[in-house]
Amino acid sequence: MNGYDFTLAGAALTARASGALWWPAEGLLAVSDLHLGKSERLARRGGALLPPYEVRETLARLAAEIAATEPRTVLCLGDSFDDVAAADGLDPADRAALSRLMAGRRWIWAEGNHDPGPVELGGTHLAEFRLRALSFRHIATPGARGEVSGHYHPKARLSLRGQAISRPCFLIDADRVILPAFGAYTGGLRSDDPVLEGLMGPQAVAVLTGPAARAIPMPRRR
Amino acid sequence: MLARAKAPALLLIAPTGGGKTLAGFLPSLVDLAENPHPGLHTLYISPLKALAADIRRNLRAPVEEIGLPIRIEDRTGDTPASRRKRQRADPPHILLTTPESLALLLSYEDAPRVFAGLKRVIVDEIHALAESKRGDQLMLGLARLQRLCPGLRRVGLSATVEDPPALARFLAPHPGPCEILTADPGSAPDIAMLETGAPPPWAGGGGRYAIPAILDQVRRHRTTLIFHNTRAQAEIFFHDLWLANDAGLPIGIHHGSLAREARERVEAAMTRGELRAVVCTGSLDLGIDWGDVDLVIQVGAPKNVKRLVQRIGRANHRYNAPSKALLVPANRFEVVECVAALEAARAGELDGAPRSPGPRDVLCQHILATAAAGPFEADALHAEVTGAGPYAALTRAQFDACLDFAATGGYALRAYDRYQRLLHREGKWQLRDPRSAAQIRMNLGTIVDTETLKVRLRNGRGGTPLGEVEEGFAATLTAGDTFLIGGQVVRYEGLREMTVEVTRHADRTPRVATYMGTKFATSTQLSDRILAMFRQGDWPALPRHTADWLALQRDLSHLPGRERLLVETFPHEGRAHLVAYGFAGRNAQQTLGLLLTQQMERAGLHPLGFVATDYATLIWGLDEVADPAPLFETETLREGFADWLAGNAVMKRTFRSSAVIAGLIDRVTPGRRKTGRQATFSSDILYDTLRKYDPGHLMLEITREEALKGLVDFGRLEEMLARTNGRITHARLPRVSPLAAPLFLEVGRVPVKGAGEERLMAEAAARLMAEAGLT
Repeated sequence: MNGYDFTLAGAALTARASGALWWPAEGLLAVSDLHLGKSERLARRGGALLPPYEVRETLARLAAEIAATEPRTVLCLGDSFDDVAAADGLDPADRAALSRLMAGRRWIWAEGNHDPGPVELGGTHLAEFRLRALSFRHIATPGARGEVSGHYHPKARLSLRGQAISRPCFLIDADRVILPAFGAYTGGLRSDDPVLEGLMGPQAVAVLTGPAARAIPMPRRR
Repeated sequence: MLARAKAPALLLIAPTGGGKTLAGFLPSLVDLAENPHPGLHTLYISPLKALAADIRRNLRAPVEEIGLPIRIEDRTGDTPASRRKRQRADPPHILLTTPESLALLLSYEDAPRVFAGLKRVIVDEIHALAESKRGDQLMLGLARLQRLCPGLRRVGLSATVEDPPALARFLAPHPGPCEILTADPGSAPDIAMLETGAPPPWAGGGGRYAIPAILDQVRRHRTTLIFHNTRAQAEIFFHDLWLANDAGLPIGIHHGSLAREARERVEAAMTRGELRAVVCTGSLDLGIDWGDVDLVIQVGAPKNVKRLVQRIGRANHRYNAPSKALLVPANRFEVVECVAALEAARAGELDGAPRSPGPRDVLCQHILATAAAGPFEADALHAEVTGAGPYAALTRAQFDACLDFAATGGYALRAYDRYQRLLHREGKWQLRDPRSAAQIRMNLGTIVDTETLKVRLRNGRGGTPLGEVEEGFAATLTAGDTFLIGGQVVRYEGLREMTVEVTRHADRTPRVATYMGTKFATSTQLSDRILAMFRQGDWPALPRHTADWLALQRDLSHLPGRERLLVETFPHEGRAHLVAYGFAGRNAQQTLGLLLTQQMERAGLHPLGFVATDYATLIWGLDEVADPAPLFETETLREGFADWLAGNAVMKRTFRSSAVIAGLIDRVTPGRRKTGRQATFSSDILYDTLRKYDPGHLMLEITREEALKGLVDFGRLEEMLARTNGRITHARLPRVSPLAAPLFLEVGRVPVKGAGEERLMAEAAARLMAEAGLT
C-alpha cells in the first residue's frame, strides 16, 4: 500500500506512506515541516553539532515523491526552514538541488512559525492557500472545515504483542487532515496529546507512515 | 600502609570486611595530625553516593574522638548547591566524592586553586569502577589532577580480583610503577548448594520451587540476603515468597528500579536489624555495611565466580568468621553451572574478561570538559591523557580525531564555518562560545540511563511513588494491564505528565515488568569448567537427577566439548531443528542465532526463529540442515556480520549512549523532559543519516567498537570458532536430545523477520479498524 485514500470536503486525497499528501485531481503534492537547515541552526547557536546531512536527505525524499507523482503544484505547508537564516545559509549544492526540484512547476511556500516572511528562493509565498473547498495553512484553526495543516508533527503508537511501534502519522477526520513532518530531523507529538485530541473528532483516523501507510483509529488517552 | 605512604601508586587488595577503607585513610590521617595542612589534602572517590556518606560517618567518629582538627566532607549530586559552592571556595581537608562529581569540579576554571596542595587520592571499590566507563572517566580525571599536583599519590582499594597487575596498570600514572599489597584473604567461605525437596525445573530462572527451603533457612538465620540476577526475577520471587510467608517474617525488597524512598526505608530497617531477609539484586553488591547478615543466598547461577565471591563477602562482615552462602540453581542446567562455580570458588579461581582500552567517547567528553575549564594545548593534553592507564596506548591520530570531533563534529562535509565548538587561537584550543561550558557540564558523566518513567499509586495524597519502569515497557501497557513493582501487583490506569499511574490490584498472576535488569553472560572461565566437567566419566559432585540427565545425553547423542562444536539436528512437531552448543555466553549465542538464521535464509532453508541461552542456540525452520559445517565457516559468518550489525537495534542503542557520552546529543535530564516536545527527535535518525552520508565517521567507529565488546559480544563468538576451528560433531537424531529439551521451555524466542513487523502491523491495523467500525 503506497497510500491511504480518503475524501475531505469532496476532494479525493491520498495520504502517502512517505508523509506527503497527494491530490490527483489537481496534481498537487503537499508536504509539511521540512525544517531544512536544522543542524546548521543548532551549530550556529552554539548547540550540538549534528550531522549536517539532513537537507540532502529531506530533499532526496522529496525528489522521490515528485518523481513518483509528477505534480503540477508543490505546496510546502510551513516550517520549511528552521529559520530565515537557515534558508540563506543553505549549502550551494543543496540550493542547486532545490532549484532543480522547483523548475517547471508551481511552488508555494506557506508561512510557518519558524520561517515567517519571504525567502530568496523563488516560488510563491503565502500565509494561506485555498483551492476549491480546501484551505491549506500551517497551524490548524479549531472549527475550520476542509482544512489541511501541519505544525504538530503528529505521531502515533501501535502495540504489537508486547512491543510498541511509534511512527509519524497523518491525522484525518471529516473536517481536517494534519500532516506529519516530512523533514529528516524532526520529532513528533503523540496523537493522545490534549491539543490533538481537542482538534480531532471522535471518528478520527491516524495513518502511520513508513514502508507502507497503515490506518488505525487515532490512539487517544481514554 | 604507613610504611608505603610514599609510594606514588599503591593497590590494596583485601576481602570485604577487612577494614581496607580505614587502612587507605591511615597515611592521610597520620600526615594531617602531624603536619597541619591548609586546604584539600586527600580526595576519596567511591562508586556510590551512599558509600561516600557512609564513610564520612565512619571516619568522623574516630577523628572526633581523638580530637584531630581535620575537616571531612562529602560532595555528590545530592549535596546542596550552597554547600558545594562553599566547598569550592574553602575545600575541606578530606573530600569524599564520586567520579562524576570530580569530573564536574575539574571542569571549572578554578580547579587549579581548589586542588592546590592535594597530596593523596584514594579510589575505593576500584574493581567495580574498572568494570565500566566510569573508571575510564575517573582515570582521565586523575591524569588531570596529576598535572595540577605533580606529587600526588594514588591508593586503590579493591576486593579480590583475578588479575591484580592489570588493575594496577589501570590505576597507576603511565608508565609509572604501582605496588600491589594483598591482605590475608581470611577464612575460606562456607558455601554449598541448597538442598531442596523437589528437583529444580527443566527451564526458567525464578527459583520458585525452592521457596519452602529458602524460608526455612531464613527462619534459621538472623539476617539473610537473597540475591537475584535480574530485577524482574527479584520482583516475581519476592511476590511468591510473600505469598508463602505464613509466619509473617519481616522481609524486604531492594533493587535499583525502586523509588529512592522505598529503598531508603528498607536500608533503614536493615540497619536497625528489623528485617530477617532482603530480596535484592546487584544494588546491594558494594561495600556498604549492613551489619548482621549471616547468610547469603544466590538464586540462579552466579554466571561469574568473581561476583559470587564478592557477594558471599556480604555475609559476616567480621574478618575472622567464615562467610556462609547457599546457591540455588534455578533450573537443571544451572545445577551443573552452580557446581562448577562452587569448585572454582573453593579453588580460589576467579574469572573476568580482560579490560579493553579506554573508550573514545569518554575521551571526547573529557576534551570538551577540559575546554570548559580553560584553553589548552593539544600536545599537552595528549601527553596528559596517555598518562592515564586505560589510554596509555592511544595513538596521536586517534587523539586528533577525538579533538576534531569535539571541535567541529568531525564530519566529512566541511562546508560550514559555523560548525565550530572549539577554536584554535594562539596555539590553544578554546570554546568558541564560553556560554557552552554550562551545556558541557550538564552532559558530564558516563552513565546513560534508558529512559524511565516514574510509577505512582493513584490515591488522594498526590500519588505514592513506587519506582520506575522503562519507557518502552510503559508504552506497551494498556489500561487494565497488571504488573509487579516493589513486590505488589498493580493495575495500569494511564499516563499523566510522564508518570505511570497505577492502582493496587489483588491479582496473583501479574504481567511482569520487563525493566532491563542486566542479563549477565556466563564467563568464559566458568563455561570452560562446565565443558571440562562433561569429560568426566561420572559426576559424584552432581545431584543424582542431574548426573542421570547428562549420562542419558551421552548415550543418545554426545556431550558438548571444548575443542569440537556439537551440532544436533532433529525433527520436532513438524519442524526441523538445529542446536549449536557453543557455550559462548548468552549475548554471543544470541548473535550466533541471528547470523545463522541469516545464512539459512539465504540458503533457502526457511528458518522461522531461534532462542539462545548461555550455552546453546536452538533454531527452528521448515527445512532440515543436512550439513551444518558451511554455516559455521568463520569467513561467511564474519561477512554476514558486517551487514547485519549495521542495521541492528543493538547498534542504535549503543550509538545513543556513545553519542550522549561524546557530547553529540544532549543528555535528557528528568527535570527538563516534558511531554509534547516535537522539537526533539530520536537518535536513531542521526545514526541512519551518518551511515548513509558519512559512513567513516568517528561516532560510527566508536559504536561498532562498543557493540562488539558489549551486547553483540562478537569477540566470544570468534573465540568459540577459533577453539573449535571447524571441528563439528554433527549428531542427526530422530528426536529431541535430553540436553536440548529444556531449550524448548526458554523464553525470549526471536522470530526471524523478513516482512514480519509490517505483516503484524497490517493484521493489527485491520483488526482495530474493524473493531472501531472504520472500514
